[in-house]
Amino acid sequence: MFDNLSERLESSFKLLKGQGRITEVNIAETLKDVRRALLDADVNFKIAKEFTKDVKEKALGANVLNAVKPGQLMVKIVRDELAQLMGGTAEEIDLKRQPAVILMAGLQGSGKTTFSGKLAGFLKNKKSKNPLLVAGDVYRPAAIDQLKVVGEQIGAPVYTEEGNKNPVKIAKAAIKEAKTKGHDVVIVDTAGRLAVDEDMMKEISAIKDAINPHEILFVVDSMTGQDAVNTAKEFNDRLDFNGVILTKLDGDTRGGAALSIRKVVDKPIKFVGTGEKLDALDVFHPDRMADRILGMGDVVSLVERA
Amino acid sequence: SKTKQSVFQKLSRAVVGKSKVDDDVLDQLEEVLITSDVGVNTTLKIIERIEKRVSKDKYTSTTELNQILREEITGLLTETEHKDQNTWELPEGKKPYVIMIVGVNGVGKTTTIGKLAHKYKENGKKVIIGAADTFRAAAIDQLEIWSQRVDVPLIKQKMGSDPASVAYDTVASAQKQDTDVVIIDTAGRLHNKVNLMNELSKIKRVMQKVIPDAPHEILLILDGSTGQNAFEQAKQFTKATEITAMAITKLDGTAKGGVVIGVSDQLQVPVKYIGIGEKVEDLQIFNKTEFVDSLFS
Ligand SMILES: Nc1nc2c(ncn2[C@@H]2O[C@H](COP(=O)(O)OP(=O)(O)OP(=O)(O)O)[C@@H](O)[C@H]2O)c(=O)[nH]1
Ligand SMILES: Nc1nc2c(ncn2[C@@H]2O[C@H](COP(=O)(O)OP(=O)(O)OP(=O)(O)O)[C@@H](O)[C@H]2O)c(=O)[nH]1
Ligand SMILES: [Mg+2]
Ligand SMILES: [Mg+2]
Repeated sequence: MFDNLSERLESSFKLLKGQGRITEVNIAETLKDVRRALLDADVNFKIAKEFTKDVKEKALGANVLNAVKPGQLMVKIVRDELAQLMGGTAEEIDLKRQPAVILMAGLQGSGKTTFSGKLAGFLKNKKSKNPLLVAGDVYRPAAIDQLKVVGEQIGAPVYTEEGNKNPVKIAKAAIKEAKTKGHDVVIVDTAGRLAVDEDMMKEISAIKDAINPHEILFVVDSMTGQDAVNTAKEFNDRLDFNGVILTKLDGDTRGGAALSIRKVVDKPIKFVGTGEKLDALDVFHPDRMADRILGMGDVVSLVERA
Repeated sequence: SKTKQSVFQKLSRAVVGKSKVDDDVLDQLEEVLITSDVGVNTTLKIIERIEKRVSKDKYTSTTELNQILREEITGLLTETEHKDQNTWELPEGKKPYVIMIVGVNGVGKTTTIGKLAHKYKENGKKVIIGAADTFRAAAIDQLEIWSQRVDVPLIKQKMGSDPASVAYDTVASAQKQDTDVVIIDTAGRLHNKVNLMNELSKIKRVMQKVIPDAPHEILLILDGSTGQNAFEQAKQFTKATEITAMAITKLDGTAKGGVVIGVSDQLQVPVKYIGIGEKVEDLQIFNKTEFVDSLFS
């Protein structure tokens, strides 16, 4: 019916407007619209339910009841709640130790190898670091070549052991090499794996145990649907990762997976990927993501009109 | 499995002997469908259909409910053109049969090509593949490894060369060498990038200089873990290339891929294959009933 939530909310606010206050009855339609928008944006079913319940409680709160413009307040409540859930301020990557060891993990095709390159480039150019990339995917055809090309494009060396099929040993040897050669950051790319693949999940745990990374980053495709919660939870249970990387945000997905993941593992989203080129990364902005999930490009003007 | 029974048990407990589906059932059903990525619109459509049928007849058993659900959901999935897909036979008079593979980044295009080439070859067809992803790092090397793995020839140029020119070369060479099947890889691209979508149309046009009705099949690869964005992907790729079928990959994970139900219904494009792993044999012909069953497992 409506393309985005702002249109939907606007129409239900017309009803609210005349009544002057938010009540259990007149908020029902609006909440349904909010829930629907969240589901359309791929926010997990249960999380969307919880979220609308929280919003309802907030909206029915005393200060809101006295509001002159309930519509305006509803938008504000929904948006603030979303932004807050996704984490207040951007969190940086821990680079204190020498070398700082960063491990990538995630499903197949989520963007780990590309992001490894982007991060190396970012640390090199913006933080004056001297990163070493490590080719820890021994399975995917030409995975090592891919990382080599990426490394070349950003001018960072890539540690490889052609023929070695043991990523645990490769990663360990790479750390040693980084120490001898004076690299202050090591970024370990790994093969994509499914959370249900027991052998592969054991392998990544073994890599973690062997190299004791300071940052484990869970790389996830922003177009992911309802399964985001299962996968994020499994990877987190195994690895207790430090942060999330949300890739392919240059598309037109609403990216509700971001909210689901945040809610289910309570780990910050540290960077977003915004393109295939190696400079296409950005720090995460919770407020922008909130607007995106709600399909509200123009929230401010809506608030003003409400 | 355990969960499968419990979903159906819960559903049926609330339906047995009744002529109206109560809110409890609808809530259950909604949860199953939404968490399988079926999406709100399609879920509402399915629920409406179930409600209609239940008001007509009374349901008495789990089996019957199971049956209704299956029928209503499979009814939304478009029929494939060739019922007899299992044989991997090719339509008459289309030799070489040209397949172009398209989709957003990282969904499994290149891997699916390796698997498809293997299936056709296993079934006695002469196959050739073309590396028209000249953009992504080591995409050509990746396809080359697949071509060696399944032992079919590869046509390639240097990284950064014109993908349409690679596609042209591949089709031309296939025609000269009495090839049965040509499969063209393309670079992953997000459907909202106009230039990249235009490039696909161009690749298609250039192949038509050699074979006027090529490509005979344009296969859109969808990642099974993708949510509602799959709608937009299918719409935009159809706009640029008129996709003829879809393949859903990575169904060996926990994602259900339910979004294809609505996509297939809306665009009237059939799902032809599913990917269930990274190995050469991990490709299957799409089976509606099994797929719908898996939503409830
Ligand atoms: N548009 C866009 N494409 C991206 C982004 N990040 C990665 N990609 C593309 O997504 C595809 C998969 O990226 P990879 O880096 O190979 O993913 P991966 O996780 O290493 O994949 P596996 O090693 O096979 O598990 C490639 O085509 C990348 O170019 C992004 O932020 N935007
Ligand atoms: N588990 C699983 N992994 C798959 C399946 N199909 C592909 N993959 C993996 O997904 C990742 C991406 O596959 P590719 O074939 O490179 O995908 P693509 O669409 O060609 O990627 P780009 O060319 O970068 O856009 C690889 O790690 C594959 O091994 C599948 O059915 N199941
Ligand atoms: Mg990789
Ligand atoms: Mg590819």
